[in-house]
This record gives sequence, C-alpha cells and structure tokens, in this order.
Amino acid sequence: MTSPSQTAADRSDTPGLGSGGLKKEKKGKGGELVGRSPGQLMWTRFKRDRTGMICAIVVLAFFVIAALAPVISALYGKDPYTLYGSDDPNLLDEFGYPAGPNGGISPEHWFGIEPQLGRDVFMRLVYGMRMSLGISVAVTLLTVVTGIIIGITAGYIGGKTDYFLSRVIDFLLAFPSQLTFVAFMPVVVALFVPPGDETPTYVRVCALIIVQWSLGWMGLARLLRGQVLSLREREFVEAAKITGASPWRIIRKELLPNVVTPVLVQGTYMLPLFVTAEAGLSFLGVGIVEPTPDWGALFQAGARFYENDPTFLLIPAVAMVVFVLCFNLLGDSVRDAFDPKSGR
Amino acid sequence: MLQFLLRRTFGAVVILVLLSAFTFFVFFGAGDPAAMSCGKNCTADNIALIHQNLGLDKPLPTQYWDWLVGIFAGRDYSIGHCSAPCFGYSFATKQDVWSTLIDRLPTTASLAIGGAAVFLTVGLGTGLLAAYKRGSLIDKVLTSISMVLSSAQIYILGPIALGLFVYSGLMDSPKYVNFTSDPAGWFMGLLLPWVVMATIFTAQYTRMSRSTMIEQLQEEHVRTAKAKGMSSSYVFLRYAWRGSLIPIVTILGMDLSSLFGGAMITEFTFQLAGVGRLAIDSVITLDLPMVLGVLVFSAALILVFNIIVDATYAFIDPRVRLS
Repeated sequence: MTSPSQTAADRSDTPGLGSGGLKKEKKGKGGELVGRSPGQLMWTRFKRDRTGMICAIVVLAFFVIAALAPVISALYGKDPYTLYGSDDPNLLDEFGYPAGPNGGISPEHWFGIEPQLGRDVFMRLVYGMRMSLGISVAVTLLTVVTGIIIGITAGYIGGKTDYFLSRVIDFLLAFPSQLTFVAFMPVVVALFVPPGDETPTYVRVCALIIVQWSLGWMGLARLLRGQVLSLREREFVEAAKITGASPWRIIRKELLPNVVTPVLVQGTYMLPLFVTAEAGLSFLGVGIVEPTPDWGALFQAGARFYENDPTFLLIPAVAMVVFVLCFNLLGDSVRDAFDPKSGR
Repeated sequence: MLQFLLRRTFGAVVILVLLSAFTFFVFFGAGDPAAMSCGKNCTADNIALIHQNLGLDKPLPTQYWDWLVGIFAGRDYSIGHCSAPCFGYSFATKQDVWSTLIDRLPTTASLAIGGAAVFLTVGLGTGLLAAYKRGSLIDKVLTSISMVLSSAQIYILGPIALGLFVYSGLMDSPKYVNFTSDPAGWFMGLLLPWVVMATIFTAQYTRMSRSTMIEQLQEEHVRTAKAKGMSSSYVFLRYAWRGSLIPIVTILGMDLSSLFGGAMITEFTFQLAGVGRLAIDSVITLDLPMVLGVLVFSAALILVFNIIVDATYAFIDPRVRLS
C-alpha cells in the first residue's frame, strides 16, 4: 500500500488551509507539479509486465466479441437459434451427429454444428459468452458496490452498526454458497413468475444475478471494513476531521481513494469466479436453460454428446480455460502493478 | 478448550436456527408449496389434502416451530410417526428427509475423503518441492501447470476424463460400492472422480503452500536455525513447514466442508448418487423439505469445520489463545 502514505503526505502539506488549499492541490495533481499520481505509476508498472499486457488484450478480446455478438452474427450470416441441421440434411448423419470430421467444422460452420439439433456452434458460443460474461459483470459490479458501501459503513461508523453488519456477514458466510445458489434459484424465479407459467429468460438472468450477488459481497466487505478500521485512525483522517470535513466528505475524499487498490484487485479475482460459478449453475440445469445460448449450458450439452462428438465440448472448454487463465494472470499483474512490494 | 468449544457450538447453533428460519420462511412463504409439490394435474381437493397432511394450513411461524421441534423430538404426521432427527418428508419421494440424507452420505463422504487425500498429497508435495527449488526449472514448470489447471473446471475435465478412460473401455463407469463389502471395488469405482476433483483443487494447494513456504523461509527464526548450522532440509520441514500450516488448514477446512456438503458438479458429472446430486434433483423437482434439509446439513458442516479449524490453530501455533 503506497497510496495511504502518499495521500497522507499530500494532505499534511496543507493543514488548516481549508477548502481553498485542498482545491489548489487537486488542480496540481492533474498537472506536472506533484509528479505522477498513483494511478499513473500503476499504469507505467503495468505496461512493463508483458504477461499482464497480453492477458489484458486477450480478456478484452473476449469482452469485445461478447459485446459485438449481434454484429458478428450479421457478418457471419448465421444466428444461434436456426436449426441448420434440418435445413440441410447433409450436415448431420443418421444418428444426429455432425457428418463432417471434427464435429462438422467447415468454412460454412467455423466451430462445427451441434449434434441432434444442428445449430451453429460458433454462434452459440459467442452468444453464450455474451450471456455468461454479461451476468458475471453485473454480479461483479453489484458485489463491489455493495462491498464498498457495507465495508466502509461498518468500518467508519463502527460501534453498534459495525457489530450488526459483522453479524450479518457471519450469518451469510454460513450459507454453503454453491448449494444456496442452486436452492434459491427456483424460489427467486417464483417471486417473479406465477407457478405453471413459462419463465422468460430475463427473469432467469435476474435471478442468477440476485442469487450470486446476495452471497458474493461479504468477502470484500469484510476486507474493506478491516482497511477502513485502520485508516480512520490515521493522521490525515484526523486532520480532515479537525478542519471540519463532513463524514461524507471524509469517506469520499479520504477513505475511498485509499481502498481503490484492494477493490480493483479483488474485483479482477472475483469476475472469473463468477463466470465459472454461473457456468456451473447452467451446467447443473438450474441456470440459463434451452434454447437460450449460455456458456455453461454448452458444457452440459457437450458432456452429453462427448462420447461421439468430443469437439462440441472441447471448443467452449478451451475458450473458457483461456479466459479464466488470462483473467487470473491479469489479476496477479494488477496486484503487482499496484503493490510492487508483493513479490510472488 | 472446553469453554471455547461450548461457546463456539452455541454460536453455531444460533446461526443454524437463524439460517433455517430464513430459508424456511423464504421457501414456504414465497409460493404455495402444496401446489408446487402436487404437480401439473392437481385438483383443489388434492391441494387441500396436502395442506392438511403436512400442516401447511397453519401460520408460517407455527410451521417453523413444528419443524424445529421435530428435529429434536420427532414429529407425528398423518402418514405416521417420524422419529427424532425429523426434517420432514420429501414432497417428491415421500421418504423421510433425514434417512435419505444418511443414505446418500457415504458416497459423498468417500468422494470427499479420497479426493482430499489425493489433492493434499499432490498439492502439498508439489508446493513444497517448488518452494524448495525456488527459481529452478522444476519450480517454473510446477507453477505454470498449477496455474493452467486451476483455470480448468470439473465440468470440463470430467467429460474428458470419462472419454479417455471409460468410453475407451479402459475402466468401468464410476460408481459407489460400499467400502466394507468391497474395498477394491470402492477404490476403483471412485478413482476417476477423485483424480478429476483433486486436479482442480491441487493447483490451489500447490500455489498456496509454495508462497507461504517462501514467506516462511525468509522469517528470522528460520534464518537463525540455519545460522546455527542445522541442515537445510531439517529447517525446511521442521521450522518453516509448521509456520506455513495455518493458511493451508484454513482453506482445507473450507474445502472439506463444501465437499462433505455435497460436491454437486462432480457428482453430477460422474452420475454418483451423493448429497450434492440429491440437492440438484430436489431443487429441480421443487422438493422443498429435502432442499431445506440438505441446506441446513451443509451449513452445519461448514460451522463444524470452522470450529475444528479454529481449534487446530492452537495446536499448530501455541501463541494462539482460544479464549
């Protein structure tokens, strides 16, 4: 942690100057006067890390592909729902497996076609990634925001609030997470949809987000609570208090900038976990279901047909391993860039 | 020690009561469980009958109280008496929840124990080796392999392993046989799930034991021991190793509690009828009493393992005081 001491030094340069002094300093931060900000330092260090840069590019590519799925679909000329196998009887053999070698990979169908239904695997993967990544990004954002709010509240206010929030965290941590996701999925879905009705996909998406979010934030909140507990005793916070800064201002200007590092690092570690957890739920059949494409659902179908058509599982599998691996390496690089002292 | 155990057990019981109450109210309050359990072709008479049989016509807090009392004292249903640890009857199979759980437990426990034995031996072994030979080729290879494997998932490796060993005819399909009746069959039947499960978990232990060992080797007391002229392997195993145990015991406790509570994805992939499989099946059939039972059971395991882990700290590090 370099930032607290730096911020402390910055702040203690202008004690008692009031808001005018602080404003002037803020201007200086952007310019050349104060030197490089922690963010700039982090960026320079990060750029030097070759693994980190490559992984960042790969991860970014995944997000771009996922975000541009409709564009790719238009350019590629296919969509994830059409049953190409029934349109063209030559694509599937009499058992319903792709007639061509390697799961029917051809210039027409880049990643082959799905056994039985004959949908395009490339399109299903791209749209499936879009679904999984979208859900995971939403969960990560919600988790991070909740973690920050609860962690800072508990740490800064302390006393009874802290005690209460810590007990809530203890309570939620006793839930076996994966099992709870699975168990509460139908209940959350039932909140939106009357029994017997067909469940729309967006409801399942919302349910997945809610379920993972409500059991995801405790780790970060606990971490930040600890950080804030020690930060609030520091001189720069005391100085801000003496100059008459409101609690809101202290949280926003003194505490938040100092917890950016753990938040970013935890966030990068969390996202791949949410991606694999979401895929796991769909794999078990309680997440996103047919016919909506989803990364995890592809594994379920892939495992079913693996004996006769291994390609169908291996393609999404390689994509996921590359994504998770790169994201984990990126997480390590982000941590190293922020905290050069942490030798691995 | 006794005081510590009593205090923690009391805390765990309080959390379990809260957790089960929360789950109970959400499950039985969110919709009509009778309509869910009855299925599609359900008449109003049927629903009324189920309500009466299961005591669902009473107010929710009374229902919860009955459920809670049932666990300790047993409970009488119109279908018969349900003896002491009574978690109710399954909506789907009409079986006693507790006896179904006990029925499924050996599979899950065998899976957890065998898997843990494999990933602990391999994970700690490779981690210690990598730390001992830090910076060497072995270290780099081991670290990279564990990095890649930790990014794989059971639902990816499972089908691949099945393809390599089972579909090709090298091994029989994984299955659970009773250990006491056929130890060899038990071992062979679970070998593949153990190895696949352990592959995922091993990576974490390799990385963790390597990094904590390296940290420990830089400690003052380790340096002193070396300076006294003790052999480096003795210092490595006797001094540094002990210090690196705490983080390992912490994650081991977390992993074991989740494995004993049902390794859902492993059991689903290998078609093993354990607690995890039971949970998925009952969620899909909306078998609420069963889901509630499994959830409370797994949460209890987590809390028990937490207590065990905290108690173990005191044995590893004498500076830790339990009270």
